Amino acid sequence: MKGPGSMVQREITIKNRAGLHTRPAASLVKLAAKYKADFFIDKDGFEINGKSIIGVMTLAAEQGAKLVLRFSGEDEQEACNAVVELFERGFDEQ
Amino acid sequence: MKAMASESVQKKEETILKGIPASPGIAIGPVILFQKQAPIIEERSILEEDIDREVARLEQAVARSQKELGKILEFAQKKLGDDKVKIFEAQLMILEDSVLFGAIYSRICTELKNAEYVVEDEIGKYYRLMAASKDEYTRERAHDVEDARNRILRNLQEQKLISRLEGFSVIVSSYLTAADAMILSRNDVLGYATDIGGITSHTALLSRALKIPAVVGLRNVSHVAHDADRVILDGYSGTVILNPSEQSIKRYETKRDRYHEFEARLAGLRELPAETLDGRRVELSVNVEFEQELDFIKIQGADGIGLYRSEYLLVGKEVFPSEEEQYQQYRLLAETMYPKRVIIRTFDIGGDKVMLDPVKENNPFLGWRGIRVMLDKPDLFIEQLRAILRASTRKNVAIMFPMVSSIKEVRRAKKLLEEAKHQLRKENVSFDPRIKIGVMVEVPSAAVTAEDLAEEVSFLSIGTNDLIQYLLAVDRGNDIVSDLYQEFHPAVVRFLRRIIERGKRKDVWVGMCGEMAGDPLATILLLGLGLDEFSVVPNVLPEIKKIIRSVKYADARKVANKVLTMQTEDEIKDYLKGVMKKKSPDIPIG
Repeated sequence: MKGPGSMVQREITIKNRAGLHTRPAASLVKLAAKYKADFFIDKDGFEINGKSIIGVMTLAAEQGAKLVLRFSGEDEQEACNAVVELFERGFDEQ
Repeated sequence: MKAMASESVQKKEETILKGIPASPGIAIGPVILFQKQAPIIEERSILEEDIDREVARLEQAVARSQKELGKILEFAQKKLGDDKVKIFEAQLMILEDSVLFGAIYSRICTELKNAEYVVEDEIGKYYRLMAASKDEYTRERAHDVEDARNRILRNLQEQKLISRLEGFSVIVSSYLTAADAMILSRNDVLGYATDIGGITSHTALLSRALKIPAVVGLRNVSHVAHDADRVILDGYSGTVILNPSEQSIKRYETKRDRYHEFEARLAGLRELPAETLDGRRVELSVNVEFEQELDFIKIQGADGIGLYRSEYLLVGKEVFPSEEEQYQQYRLLAETMYPKRVIIRTFDIGGDKVMLDPVKENNPFLGWRGIRVMLDKPDLFIEQLRAILRASTRKNVAIMFPMVSSIKEVRRAKKLLEEAKHQLRKENVSFDPRIKIGVMVEVPSAAVTAEDLAEEVSFLSIGTNDLIQYLLAVDRGNDIVSDLYQEFHPAVVRFLRRIIERGKRKDVWVGMCGEMAGDPLATILLLGLGLDEFSVVPNVLPEIKKIIRSVKYADARKVANKVLTMQTEDEIKDYLKGVMKKKSPDIPIG
């Protein structure tokens, strides 16, 4: 168990053309739900819970937007790796 | 007296409303107003011992909402297939958002407030943020959030969903959600007309899928229309006519028949790409002048708008259209076509045509025209460029400069474009920073220097009408020499080959927006010369697509090479007619 206050943080830039539209947002939330770690997304100082679809939709993050991803909890590193990979893959957008 | 009697009956006046054409088709019938009641929410305090009951009430309401939406989804799936069901996904996921409902339940417990109030307030926070977003897509999704909220609230108040209507009717509402559009379609719906919504709204998306004509963005149709009013809804042009006259009804019945005919011709071709038998894909776009031409049906089979003649905005105007007015028009184009591309040509005006400075020129064709005028009027030019840029946020807009005769003009125009971008950045107005620009090749000097021009731009579009006149020194409006205007003159063909080759050498695409692009007799030749894009008047689109799909690129190249060796137009035309007879015997050529 990691102690409280530990956290993994990563900065990413949205690559896929559609940005965090409904479908990518849904994949993101579904993926994050598989992990125990808390997951927050910060865009320009505005933070939302990354496990909440309504929150992610509110971000209105478009292609090129920079996001800070924060994970904390026992599987924070795994959660981080998986989520970053999803962004890297551009949400498998066609 | 009969006439007197009928006159005494209060006749409602014909009212014409303009909106955004969202789904093609013409509907004529009576109005049914679909009132969207915003639930009235009161804030109540609850006792601690009521917490469990309040939470249970909310749980039930959410469960009922999910069930309701599940039913709509099932109906949509059956009617439209899995693909369209995605529209409802966001709302369904919101109803399952455990973070959101966690917050709502915990607020009920700690603030001791009724479920309605907390739901309205908590979801409202997200709704307001999304509704205020700069991003249009996000603003549209705010309606999903609102719909989810209203659904829960309605179920909390244990009210039923009203969705049964009597008889054939045009549904008029302030806004229709995807669920509304879907569930209402179980009735005999002739069309949808709404106050708000854009071309990407769910109403638009679903209406198209359901093949129900729709016009959105009418601003106040739900206020001015009454139940049982007669209405014409034109989903091609975005016009809604309330209480139409008999003449209007006749006119629209004719229009409806005409479109059915066009649709029959396009049938089966619409979704197919403009691709040769051996897999060379070209872009087949349309030329557009007036927004009224933006009827979907004609444009549906097109890959985009290859030429929007912006100067038609000036027709019938006393003063130059403002930046805002231009922006509205360009945005409508970009939205209607999205995600397909719209190429906006900057004002192609001559000193003789417009109210700028009335100049008398002996030879207007060789005079103050196109980009020459705009470069001399940098303020007007920048205003137009700003309007185009502002309409480019969805990244499907490109700019094209007309009447370019030297690279200097392109560079100056680009400088003004940079200036327009700079201004917008300073004002914090969004636009597509990588907007593509292109030039029309319609002056022989531009054709000769095509490779230099290509270094400055992303595409070249050949304007054959002027190019041929300038190349052959023939004014085709002059009856004495008009027969010397020859589309298939060997010089024209060889010139075209040169432009296309030189452009491609610099990796830009080369298109054609002149009349020749829409001449069925020229299609195979142009394909063979390597043209990448054909921009044609909508009417000929089905024929041109058919021809492209009926030949092999390899054969078209052979045809082009053969034509390049010929010495007269007659020889070329006879040869091409022979080729057409073999390849596309059913296409009439004139």
